[in-house]
Amino acid sequence: MKVEFKLNGQDVSVEAPPMKRLLDVLREELSATGTKEGCGEGECGACSVMMDQVLVNSCLVPISQCSGVDILTVEGLGTTEDLHPIQQSFLECGGAQCGICTPGMLMASLELLNRNPNPNEAQIREGLAGNLCRCTGYMKIFDSVKKAAEVLK
Amino acid sequence: MRAFVPDYEMKTPESLNETLQLLARQPGEWKVFAGGTDLMVVFETGKLAHKKYLNINGIKELKEIAVNEEDVMIGAGCTYRQIQENPVIRQEFPMLVDAAKLTGAVAIQNRGTIGGNIANMSPAADSPPALLAYDADIILLSIKGYRVLSYKYFHQAYKQADLRPSEIIMAVRLKRNQGMTHDYYRKVGTRSAQAISKVCLAATASVSRSQRIEWVHLGIGSVAAIPLRAVRTEHFLFQKSLTPEVFNEARKTLLAEITPIDDIRSDAVYRQEVAGNLLTEFLESLKS
Repeated sequence: MKVEFKLNGQDVSVEAPPMKRLLDVLREELSATGTKEGCGEGECGACSVMMDQVLVNSCLVPISQCSGVDILTVEGLGTTEDLHPIQQSFLECGGAQCGICTPGMLMASLELLNRNPNPNEAQIREGLAGNLCRCTGYMKIFDSVKKAAEVLK
Repeated sequence: MRAFVPDYEMKTPESLNETLQLLARQPGEWKVFAGGTDLMVVFETGKLAHKKYLNINGIKELKEIAVNEEDVMIGAGCTYRQIQENPVIRQEFPMLVDAAKLTGAVAIQNRGTIGGNIANMSPAADSPPALLAYDADIILLSIKGYRVLSYKYFHQAYKQADLRPSEIIMAVRLKRNQGMTHDYYRKVGTRSAQAISKVCLAATASVSRSQRIEWVHLGIGSVAAIPLRAVRTEHFLFQKSLTPEVFNEARKTLLAEITPIDDIRSDAVYRQEVAGNLLTEFLESLKS
């Protein structure tokens, strides 16, 4: 089937079987490989993207549910030359190590800060509870979110 | 092995009526698909047997929460997030909010629906114990009309329920002003986010001024083939006083009523012990 939607502000059109996962469409059809696959079952959050301004696991969204939606991935968050404040904070606080969880962490942080610009530690942990990281031990990620919250104020 | 994606069909009906017509035309040919948070997991592992789905996620009638004088109707397509954010549900049905908060994490709560949580028919689902303890009704819809059922009669056996192939779950109905004085919801799992429960107890009760249990409703998950209303334990507790003897006897009754199994998440012995502990904790809380 043909599906048209917006990816990072640009109109895109893809031809794909209706149950193809949004994650695979992004990576295979649209070369948007910033979004990572971790577990493929909604457990780890590596594939998190914003769909109509709401955080989703792109491995759990079939492409036929994406007609007309607005998708934001890490590629649309910032560029190497012009990082989003959340990316800048992750960079400065050591919130990224191997980088596999990072795009999902950034999107989950964005959702959290959109909903609650001034989260406390418990709220940060709750906001990122669906995102697993095997490198950092999380503390530097929490620091990154706190810093981003301050910068975005 | 992963699923072969082109084998699967998904169609998005224009309306609720078109959905019901398609379901009625050849019952069993199509199944409905909402937030996908359960089905896509099975799909990815290559074990999703049914191949033809109707995408009902965009159907507005299923996404509304209606607050009426005597009840609250929650459309089957409402997400855990919508449930958490509704002020009346937060105020009057806090156990359902707890269940919604403990299902998956944010991204799952943004997509997963209460109708899907019921239709998936898992005995370990988080919202059914709360719905059972609130003595909810379930409203089923087909092209012929709707049918209202007390939710406690909906689940019949493992992954089987009183839901016909031509029907969809339209809504759940929660009665307001039931006069409960206490409620209790506790899910025991490996961690608070993402984990599926090992045991989950939701309970409501009305305790008189003379410290007597006027009535009690117990909904319990992951200890039987279906989300269970522990009616025998409820009957035992009816009009009883809050004494240690009563609590002990209630615990024995519950342990005889549930039939937990060993599986990947826990084992039967642990589940028996924890189910008893949760009941005791709830009963102790009735003293205050």
